[in-house]
Amino acid sequence: MSELHFKDLNVWFGEGADRVDAVKHATFDVPSGASFGLVGESGSGKSTILRALVGLVPTWSGKMSVGGKQLGPKRTREFFKEVQMVFQDPYASLHPRHSVDQVLGETLKLHGFRGIDKRIEKLLADVGLGPAFRFRYPHQLSGGQRQRVAIARALAPEPTVLLLDEPTSALDVSVQAEVLNLLADLREEHKLTYLMVSHDLAVVAHMCEATAVMQNGEIVEMLSVEDMRAMRAKNPYTQHLLESASGYNPSAEQSA
Amino acid sequence: MSQTDTRKPTLREWLLTDTPTSRFHARMAALYNGWLTLRSNTMAMIGLGILLFLLLIAAFAPWIAPMDPLAQDLGGRLAPPGTDGHILGTDSLGRDILSRLIYGSRITLYIVTLVAIIAPGVGLLVGTVSGYIGGWTDAILMRITDIFLAFPRLVLALAFVAALGAGIENAVLAISITAWPPYARIARAETLTIRNSDYISAVKLQGARPLRIITKHIWPLCISSLIVRVTLDMAGVILAAAGLGFLGLGAQPPSPEWGAMIAEGRRFILDSWWVATMPGLAIFTVSLAFNLLGDGLRDVLDPKEGGS
Repeated sequence: MSELHFKDLNVWFGEGADRVDAVKHATFDVPSGASFGLVGESGSGKSTILRALVGLVPTWSGKMSVGGKQLGPKRTREFFKEVQMVFQDPYASLHPRHSVDQVLGETLKLHGFRGIDKRIEKLLADVGLGPAFRFRYPHQLSGGQRQRVAIARALAPEPTVLLLDEPTSALDVSVQAEVLNLLADLREEHKLTYLMVSHDLAVVAHMCEATAVMQNGEIVEMLSVEDMRAMRAKNPYTQHLLESASGYNPSAEQSA
Repeated sequence: MSQTDTRKPTLREWLLTDTPTSRFHARMAALYNGWLTLRSNTMAMIGLGILLFLLLIAAFAPWIAPMDPLAQDLGGRLAPPGTDGHILGTDSLGRDILSRLIYGSRITLYIVTLVAIIAPGVGLLVGTVSGYIGGWTDAILMRITDIFLAFPRLVLALAFVAALGAGIENAVLAISITAWPPYARIARAETLTIRNSDYISAVKLQGARPLRIITKHIWPLCISSLIVRVTLDMAGVILAAAGLGFLGLGAQPPSPEWGAMIAEGRRFILDSWWVATMPGLAIFTVSLAFNLLGDGLRDVLDPKEGGS
């Protein structure tokens, strides 16, 4: 059964002459428990798909469904209990005046959980942060630690789907691997479905079983991870993308 | 703070820790860090000192004031500073100017406090709602703000006081009504930069309603710039109150409001300079104190600095 289903999705910004079509006729499925990657250059519309799914971009048409339920224009709290998102830049996604405790506590409260103290400790342990981090403010944390807090916040409602919007692109290379491994472990542990956006093919090859390649708002090719590692692409743009990635990182196909 | 070799951390260490152990601890540590930043700013500390001094004077006015501020002595009118125990001299009705200044500090503080609560409060509410909701709400609220801004401040305050009747409370109300639009503008501008940030999106993804987002997430980030603006505006508020008093629409005689005292002394300014000068100096000092403190608070409260 497919957990996420997109059919003929169009997303645009602006109206009339200013209208920019960010996503055009996107159709793809993410099976339950799978990890699906969206790859493409900046401005190809990959993040916009995530933002439309969670309701941050209201101007879209087509069909989107989560767990078989069709989505309307509004998102309910029940929806957010199922679908959560980790943002790209951990320096921008945490409120500068809220401590880790406040961030997680508020999230749990909004979703109506009880025993919040215990849950906060558990969440911090889940993402590899000790209880010492609980009362710190974002400015007292490093980039990797902030992203872990952001992941803990996304896990707090116990979702089934996690949307990852370039979760490591703002981090140091050494920290990237840590966060990616954490995400892989959490997926195993919580039986999560991932929809991951990235421009880094090595990251996607490491994390995802299937990938959609996007260019100028359109999905130009679907690739399985085997195709990707073997660099079997039909579309010239995809081929170009794969070659340029291996040029920068020759070990990408072996290490992944 | 003395450094002892006990295992328990000293208060200072407890406050400066990087790993707070409770909500209370974290809040106290953040406050202490802010205090350290403020303390390193000498000018701000001078401002704070003056204001605390004013607060003490206002609180203990009856014990500090050497004479009754309302007691008239027509025989000793317009006595220059230093005569007969009148340290700052007497005014046209022979009242001791120092005592009047001391009692007047109560009125000044009263006005300043009320305006400092009402004007930024209204401005914050209007600005954040307008900025966050946008669309028609924004257009309507901002045009109302524009209308208020278009009038010269004192003229609008005059009109309100004339309609409501003279008196300190109405003067406060009139000043607040004319003072809130700039705060609304600031709050709206801040809200516009905050509303599309990832941390607001993140809390929306938890199903938070606009009311919660505005009060719990946007207000804390707007309040710091408003507080700074309030302290910088306080000088203007004192002067506006003085201006209303000067025109006879604020505090009514014989109450020793500083602006009203200047108005009274105006008639004798060439022969008896001290009658108008002393309250003028008091207004100047307090305005300066607020300005200095505001400058220092900006360093402490700027969220972009992160407080560390």
